[in-house]
Amino acid sequence: MILLFEQLLNGLQYGVTLFLLAAGLTLIFGIMGVINLAHGALYMVGAFAASWVAIQTGSFWGGLLSGLAASAIAGVAVELGVMRRLYARDHLDQVLATFALILIFNQSTVLIFGRQPLFTSVPDVFSGSVEILPGLPYPTYRLFVIAVGLAVALGLYLLINKTRVGMLVRAGATNRQMVRALGVNIQGLYTAVFALGALLAGLAGVMASPIVSVQVGMGDEIILATFVVVVIGGVGSVKGAFVAGIVLGMFDTMLRAFLPGLLQQVMPGPEAQALGVGVSSMGIYLMMALVLLVRPRGLFAARG
Amino acid sequence: MKRLLTTASLLAAMAVPAFADGTKIGVITTLSGPAGYLGEQIRDGLALGLDASGAAYELVVEDDGRDPNTGVQVADRMLNEEGIKLLTGIVFSNVSGAVVPEALDAGAIYVSPNAAPSGLAGAKCHPNYFVVSWQNDSLHEASGAAAKKLGYTTAVALAPNYQAGKDAIEGFKREFGGEVTEIYTGVEQSDFAGEMAQIRDKAPQVVFQFHPGGQGIAFLKQYQQSGLLGTIPMVLSEPSYDGVILKAVGPAAVGLTGTTHWNADFDNEASKAMVAAWTAAHPDVPLTTYAQQAYDTGLLIGAALQKAGGDGDIAALQAAIKSAEFTSTRGSFAFGPNQHPVQDWYLTAIEADAAGNPVIVTKEKIREAVGDVYAADCKM
Repeated sequence: MILLFEQLLNGLQYGVTLFLLAAGLTLIFGIMGVINLAHGALYMVGAFAASWVAIQTGSFWGGLLSGLAASAIAGVAVELGVMRRLYARDHLDQVLATFALILIFNQSTVLIFGRQPLFTSVPDVFSGSVEILPGLPYPTYRLFVIAVGLAVALGLYLLINKTRVGMLVRAGATNRQMVRALGVNIQGLYTAVFALGALLAGLAGVMASPIVSVQVGMGDEIILATFVVVVIGGVGSVKGAFVAGIVLGMFDTMLRAFLPGLLQQVMPGPEAQALGVGVSSMGIYLMMALVLLVRPRGLFAARG
Repeated sequence: MKRLLTTASLLAAMAVPAFADGTKIGVITTLSGPAGYLGEQIRDGLALGLDASGAAYELVVEDDGRDPNTGVQVADRMLNEEGIKLLTGIVFSNVSGAVVPEALDAGAIYVSPNAAPSGLAGAKCHPNYFVVSWQNDSLHEASGAAAKKLGYTTAVALAPNYQAGKDAIEGFKREFGGEVTEIYTGVEQSDFAGEMAQIRDKAPQVVFQFHPGGQGIAFLKQYQQSGLLGTIPMVLSEPSYDGVILKAVGPAAVGLTGTTHWNADFDNEASKAMVAAWTAAHPDVPLTTYAQQAYDTGLLIGAALQKAGGDGDIAALQAAIKSAEFTSTRGSFAFGPNQHPVQDWYLTAIEADAAGNPVIVTKEKIREAVGDVYAADCKM
């Protein structure tokens, strides 16, 4: 029982990370119609900037701010320099250009930081564990990550549903020609949304940096799962990204945690592990296929 | 700028003749990714060992990125285009499993400073394949023996799901003899939250884990963060608690138990000379067993090159390496029938130094003059 609960928490933590990435990606895709493969690179930028500053200054919080700033600035630069020219073009051009951006970001990071990963520590306040159930101490930092993710979800909900900017974002996701026709400064909105998406990706990177090893290509691994979240949740829907992110994070963690163990009952250890890991990494794609069969536009598609 | 370039190229041109007479040694090793420092340790240890041997040499170093395909491509280039006949350097068993047969087929000699997968130690042993470090299994048999000696009867054993990981758990189980729950992790995995939950659920008397390089750092940190450190004791083999890992984990590592074939506090002349040479050359980098193994490899190769007069006569070089005429930094060293080492293993404790930082202290010898279980299958 404790094991199940702990794995659910692990899944929740992975889920909020996926949500932070998917929220930005789904907004950018929904509003601008751009497939941004380089979203994972912004995650990496956030993680590297935060880790580097944290190592230099010894302050996690300084690193947090620098990571957010660096990813937002990178986002604005990418929007102004590259994305602007792509809105009118078809998806193939966008995929090519953003794929090139991945390579450019990765190689630039190699040039600046080298091929070896950066290692940072969690801040002292969060270095221990809290006993959340009798017999279950859980790492404080992971609880912090979950809390931050949920707080961002609430903040985004308020921003999108209760503010004028949010209204424009919703309108843009539903019908961007109409928003333009009504005389809204769509260029400014695009830049703002892109920067927000980059900021959230950067935040995900910063949060993950003390847990995973911060290395070149770290964004490429997680971006595939993020795309699955966007597709399942429905393009353009932050609510969809939240629900799909959490569900997928938990589903994936549960499969990884329990499938190899179950398989080990019937076959030798390494083979059970290989098969278990293989099937669990297919799990989220199977889930995506099932969701698309029932709801071809995803669970909460913004566009009618 | 132009002048700078000219000066640089002049310097480079001047530097070449000093090495031009030396035998080219191909070093294929892992210099990128979370385990990139392992390759640096091997590269630098090898150079110091060769320097100490007094042989004339030239190292051709390339990164394999822990990828067998890259490793084979690099080996192909070294063997066929650069005419290199002596290869070494591989860190990981998956790379070595692909590259070593390629090198042997080409008639070259491969001397391993680290990886020694079970697949190459038994029936597939080869006269031109030497291992200076240890056979993978025996590295972890020592940990199994240590866990048994400490009186534990139930264990959770964790290792990445590739050849060396399987060898690790097999080796541990062989000497431990108690009840073992096996958990295989991903080779690129760095978040072990799921595994921590499984360990907590199993509540074993002891945890054994094999995670080299960056994975080992992540594992120990997360073991501490999840509150398991101090609750369930851990026994480690040398790759999971090297100096770099201990430096990254910090005081939290104090109290762990480890097993090793060499430690920096060994009281013999060769080891002391190596520690002094390393400290002079790399004052800020901890000296690990990877560098020590490579240093021994350098001593062995250097002595053999001098005896055989270079790599002109491969059979003479092979015989010279086989005679193993060098003084190992680990004390007693001999090649077994499969040209893997026969050596002693030691129990170590991780204690706090004056500043509270973890330091490895040798406690006692737990296995004496052991080779590996695959040697019996080797017919040369």
